[in-house]
Amino acid sequence: MTTAPLNDLEISGLRVTFDGFTAVDGVSLRVGPGDLRFLIGPNGAGKTTLVDAVTGLAPATGSVRFGPEELLGRPVHRIARLGIGRTFQTATVFEQLTVLQNLDIAAGAGRGPHTLLRRRRGIPDEVARALDAVGLTAVRDRPAGTLAHGQKQWLEIGMLLVQDVQLMLLDEPVAGMSHEEREHTGQLLRRIGRDRTIVVIEHDMDFMRTFATSVTVLHAGRVLSEGTVAEVRADPRVQEVYLGETAAPAGAEVEA
Amino acid sequence: MTDFLHRRRAPAGYALAAVLLFALAPLLLSDFRLGQFARYLCIAIVAVGIALAWGRGGMLVLGQGLFFGVGGYAMAMHMKLADAGPGGLPDFMLLYGTADALPWWWEPFRSPAVALAAVLLLPMGLAAVIGWFVFRRRVRGAYFAILSQALAAAFAILLIGQQATTGGSNGLTDFQGFFGYSLLDPVNRRTVYFVIAATLLALMLLTRQIFHSRYGELLVAVRDAEERVRFLGYDPALVKLAAYVASAGMAGVAGALFVPAVGIISPALIGIVPSIQFVIGAAIGGRASVVGVVLGAIAVAWAQTVLSEEFPSAWTYFQGGLFVVVIAFLPGGIASLWQLATRRRARTEAVTAA
Amino acid sequence: MSIILTQSFTGISIGAVLLLIALGLSLTFGQMGVINMAHGEFIMAGAYTVYLLQGPLSSAGMSLLVALPTAFLVAGAMGVLLEWLLIRRLYARPLDTLLVTWGVSLMLQQLARDLFGAPNVHTEIPGWLSGRVTVIGGDDPLTLTHARLFILALALAAVVALTLALRLTPLGRRIRAVVQHRDLAEASGIATARVDRITFFIGSGLAGLAGVALTLVGPIGPTMGTNVIIDAFLVVVVGGIGQLRGAVIAAFALGVLQAVMEYSTTVSVARVTVLIAIVAFLQWRPQGIYTLRTRSLA
Repeated sequence: MTTAPLNDLEISGLRVTFDGFTAVDGVSLRVGPGDLRFLIGPNGAGKTTLVDAVTGLAPATGSVRFGPEELLGRPVHRIARLGIGRTFQTATVFEQLTVLQNLDIAAGAGRGPHTLLRRRRGIPDEVARALDAVGLTAVRDRPAGTLAHGQKQWLEIGMLLVQDVQLMLLDEPVAGMSHEEREHTGQLLRRIGRDRTIVVIEHDMDFMRTFATSVTVLHAGRVLSEGTVAEVRADPRVQEVYLGETAAPAGAEVEA
Repeated sequence: MTDFLHRRRAPAGYALAAVLLFALAPLLLSDFRLGQFARYLCIAIVAVGIALAWGRGGMLVLGQGLFFGVGGYAMAMHMKLADAGPGGLPDFMLLYGTADALPWWWEPFRSPAVALAAVLLLPMGLAAVIGWFVFRRRVRGAYFAILSQALAAAFAILLIGQQATTGGSNGLTDFQGFFGYSLLDPVNRRTVYFVIAATLLALMLLTRQIFHSRYGELLVAVRDAEERVRFLGYDPALVKLAAYVASAGMAGVAGALFVPAVGIISPALIGIVPSIQFVIGAAIGGRASVVGVVLGAIAVAWAQTVLSEEFPSAWTYFQGGLFVVVIAFLPGGIASLWQLATRRRARTEAVTAA
Repeated sequence: MSIILTQSFTGISIGAVLLLIALGLSLTFGQMGVINMAHGEFIMAGAYTVYLLQGPLSSAGMSLLVALPTAFLVAGAMGVLLEWLLIRRLYARPLDTLLVTWGVSLMLQQLARDLFGAPNVHTEIPGWLSGRVTVIGGDDPLTLTHARLFILALALAAVVALTLALRLTPLGRRIRAVVQHRDLAEASGIATARVDRITFFIGSGLAGLAGVALTLVGPIGPTMGTNVIIDAFLVVVVGGIGQLRGAVIAAFALGVLQAVMEYSTTVSVARVTVLIAIVAFLQWRPQGIYTLRTRSLA
């Protein structure tokens, strides 16, 4: 999978409807390799729903292509096997299993019955590299349930690394993290983002300003604005959505 | 850490079990008691499968009687036909006089090879079909438990309704021979016991290997966070299906061995109540521990024989009460007491599936 | 034509019994998610209530009428006791609840055996329920017993009363609030533990009513609960969690299917066919006929 060509994520005319409520209303966007795209917007803007649609969790219409493959209509595990991985707002790891076991499972979707039915001997290379990358080597034998909140988020990112995903969709990866942990996570994303496409949903504007290479602002299920951090911050429509009716002076800080 | 302790303790434990099963039990027990013990071991084989599907996989298999019954009837049909001799009809069919010729679906069981294969493949095939439909549509938890229980009940009802070809509620009984050896000879009955003991030990080792394999870890992951596993590229339905089919195979083998050991298979041995009793033994011993479920199953079956003869009423209260207390307050079963004693930390780690 | 009609009426009358035994479960299992295997023994308790009341109250009709509220209270009280002693400790472990309540059911069956003896007992059916009405006359008349009509009426009355109670009373609103969003309900000042207990009381009480009804169509015995509990659960599963109308439709659909299959094959084949039909149905709608739709998936 490492030799696979780098692909673009190309979403066009995506619509997701729940019981008559349209959560995503005709979104089109394109994210290329090496990009660290931040997806921001007020609550209910459709950010998580968009990621759900891309990863097969929410039924949607329109088109989502990753390279040559159309993703819509495929079951979740097939999409994952195309090299697309995600994390969740609340870190979801296998709490009863150790950090090492969590990573080993993430690495193994392609294993045959023969490998599966044998005991794991030692630590596979990609797992060792991921442990090192997310800084969890010291706690690799601890049950994942006993990790601190931030460590669980890193474990999730580590699982995406051993999966060797080409497209990473991270849902609020730094929520609840300390300042140092955020910094650490941001640097990590920068490093691993060089040969991957990464989409980050985030409410933390400082974090976004520091690490985003590009930003898409969603509002009420539509793309409100798109561009570099500076471009988006200068967009009056974005200021209006974030600050409400109060007219903000040009160049005001955008805050969630 | 507990894993490490397990690794050193396990070979000694299995060696001890082998000595108990192959040397002490045959030496100390009378032929009658050894026959009863063989029956408990059959129930323990079912429990090993339950440890895999329920303890590890989180699938509450309340209908193992179905697979136990399929395996048992497959074996019993062959033994009936072998007793009847070439071209003969089983005695109960002659008795009822309703069936002039052997039903077509009895015919293949004349062959010992077909019967042996059927003992394993029929339950596993059946489980594969049921599991495929059930897991693929994400029917799980209580729905799965109730559905599997209903299937066992339906199978028992079906058998009772087809008296002319299945023996009805009397079941199949009065067997003379087992693959050419007379079951009236105590020596041969001992051999049956040894076959059962060896099968149990082999399946315990196999299941232990599965528990410690990568698949075993994956099964825990599916049990605790089925949806999450999908995003790693696995199809949880297939992961669960494999464990379910394996547990059905074990139940089928147990049913097949039960027939020569006990001399009967009947709907009353495979319906709702026996199906839940398989689970009770496993739960009391410790659902996620191979040794635990085996000891639990044997202890409960033994206590039932001994106590229910003397105090039928008190036994039922005791069984129900023990079950309530263990499940509600000690979900890891007796096996978790052991861990508690050796290591206090085990209290947090022995948490099992919801 | 007449055969189809006859079987439909038989099916509706089977369905009414199914509905009555499943109605309480659709509250406790459907609304609260508690899998109470002792529900069958609450039904049994209702049936034995009729049996006990026939001693002091010599009139069968009178004892039946007194038994209805009494059985409701008796079974309801048993339910509250069970909820308070065990179930409330196990809300986070639904499958363990199933096993624990099965242990309770085992003990209750034995209690019945010790109190009333293992053999089935019979009660007298009141005179005004022992007749038949002719629905369709002619050469092949279609008749229904008064007892079956009484069960149908009782089942429908229970459904209507329960629906109105859930829709219109403040308690009903609280129950629905707890079902739809437990944490939010708690945060809004609803005493969820108390609501749970009351829900369980009503659900178990309905099992008592079902027990009274069952005395009209069959014997009373220690194992009568085990015999009906699976059917009751299947009705709720097919009907869908949290919806009374689903249970109503499912009960009558399964009743009619059972009747039609029994007519064309045998009782045992009919049971198996109905079960296969249920598995097939769950392929099509894994969540049952009606579902509460929410956004939470993972």
